[in-house]
Amino acid sequence: MKRNSATIFIATALAVFLLGMFFGLLAAAQYVMPGLWRDTLPFTKLRPLHVSMVVFWLLLGASGCVYYFLGTEKLLKRRTRKWILLHYGLVCFVAVGSAIAYFSGNFGGREYWEFPPYLAIPLVLAWVVFLGVFWRSVYGTMKRWPVYYWMWLTGIVFFIFSLAESYLWLLPYFGDDLVRDMAVQWKSYGAIVGSWNQLIYGAAFFLMAKISGDNSFAFSRKTYFFWFLGLTNLMFNWGHHIYALPVSPYIKHTAYLISMTELLIFGKILWEWKRSVSEMRQFFYQMPYRFLAAADVWIFLNLGVAILMSIPALNLHTHGTHVTVAHAMGTTIGINSMILLALAFYIFGQVFGALSPKNMMKAKVGYWLSNGSLLVFWLALMGAGLTNAWYQWYEPEMPHALLMQKLVPFFAVFIFAGIFLFIGFALIVFPLLQQFFSGKKADTETKNIPPFEILEPSKKQAYANEYA
Amino acid sequence: MPERNFSYHRFIYTLLGVGFLVFSGFVYTQAVPENNHVISPKAVAGKMLWQQHNCSSCHQLYGLGGYLGPDLTNTLSTKGKGKNYAAAIMKNGTQVMPNFHLNDTEIEALLAFLEQADKSGNNRVHSYEIGLDGTITSEGETRK
Repeated sequence: MKRNSATIFIATALAVFLLGMFFGLLAAAQYVMPGLWRDTLPFTKLRPLHVSMVVFWLLLGASGCVYYFLGTEKLLKRRTRKWILLHYGLVCFVAVGSAIAYFSGNFGGREYWEFPPYLAIPLVLAWVVFLGVFWRSVYGTMKRWPVYYWMWLTGIVFFIFSLAESYLWLLPYFGDDLVRDMAVQWKSYGAIVGSWNQLIYGAAFFLMAKISGDNSFAFSRKTYFFWFLGLTNLMFNWGHHIYALPVSPYIKHTAYLISMTELLIFGKILWEWKRSVSEMRQFFYQMPYRFLAAADVWIFLNLGVAILMSIPALNLHTHGTHVTVAHAMGTTIGINSMILLALAFYIFGQVFGALSPKNMMKAKVGYWLSNGSLLVFWLALMGAGLTNAWYQWYEPEMPHALLMQKLVPFFAVFIFAGIFLFIGFALIVFPLLQQFFSGKKADTETKNIPPFEILEPSKKQAYANEYA
Repeated sequence: MPERNFSYHRFIYTLLGVGFLVFSGFVYTQAVPENNHVISPKAVAGKMLWQQHNCSSCHQLYGLGGYLGPDLTNTLSTKGKGKNYAAAIMKNGTQVMPNFHLNDTEIEALLAFLEQADKSGNNRVHSYEIGLDGTITSEGETRK
């Protein structure tokens, strides 16, 4: 089967994902070996390389999935193809440009987007193109849109708005005032994260509809209510990043109040737990579903932490510690990456056919290895963060170097787990890339290709028993 | 979205969008402490140097930034630290921090920026007052 623009996006994203993880490992090594590559490849270069590559994995992967699904719905017009390639080219240009800028020490110096500001222009343009293609594909049917179309639209629009907003610091009114600048910076970053979450979660909804063969949930009141809740959080919940900043209490109290609405999402997960487990038993034989199930578990863990961290009195202790890193890694790897891998397996399965039995075995080993090591990785970061919070409160005079020394055992576990995490993801990603580069369906026996949509309920259990 | 409810939903989401824009305007105009209004050109230059050397990848201000180095919000007013201590580290680097080969003017600018950060508020964990409702208030928090 032929490669298409969507699979090019996804394959590039997968390669960038591994690269981002590799830079992350190099950066993490500096926690246990202080001064390692201090003058050649310092942390100031490795951290942005890691963060930006992982962000590009999310952006490229999510865009590819949206294009693929628009294609399967026969909504993509033929003449939009060149625009999709322009979108791809612009994002790749920024990704390569930012890597060159980091290696050469040319920084914009803002978190997430440490590249020089001019590189943000092609990135905004890429998303304007994305918006144009998306709108051209789906306009006119707005009254009958399933929830994932709304999620994609809001994801694209908020990305453009928030990315532009994150550069307000270039205006002296914002940039010259540290507190105002930091408030606006974290307002935009909160929404940017929310915007790519909208794209990824929307694609996950679409996938669930495909796997179950039923998309009625995408029109239900309950689904729309939770989307509304997500959108409200995207707009107003960012304030928990800046509880420590001397800004208006209204900003902080709004964030506190809105973030508590996440308890409803948490409650929903608990309420539907039993049903999720039975659904998991039914579909777990499918690789895409398996990754979605993992993401569900990570959503539960990270949402719990997020709600606790949104209480200012607790945030006071965890803010600026590795608890925040655990939360960021848990959501980026555990939720976003698991969902994107589910989507990659589904889409590549549809386009190139099933993986060979050998590669399928590698992917299954990678699945368990990555999830197991992510749990250890996450717990090590939580441990480091809580220990840090304890010393911060009870021994505030302790020098930073000594504090870091006390955290070294946690960092050692974190790096050890990080190595296995990298190996686990490599075992998942390489078979997919191999499939992409070969560009054809694998020569496997039919019985090894599980169908992606099973419409007859009686057959679902039979397949589950056969492939579990 | 069921077709019959489309207008109702449109109204709700328009309201949400307007609320977001009003809130954004509020953040742009209100989120400034009184004592942070006047900033010297030297401090502005220091802020640019802070960004050009990507200092936030290792250091934090108000707990935001990287975790390899210490939070620098109030480092200039911390007992046993201060300007000379900070200048010496900027000049030579440390075992972990590279030597950025900063000249004296650049070091002065960075110190002016850190001084501005120090004046903007108190980020020491014990300086916050914890309310019964779980909110926190920073010591000497004054705003327009």
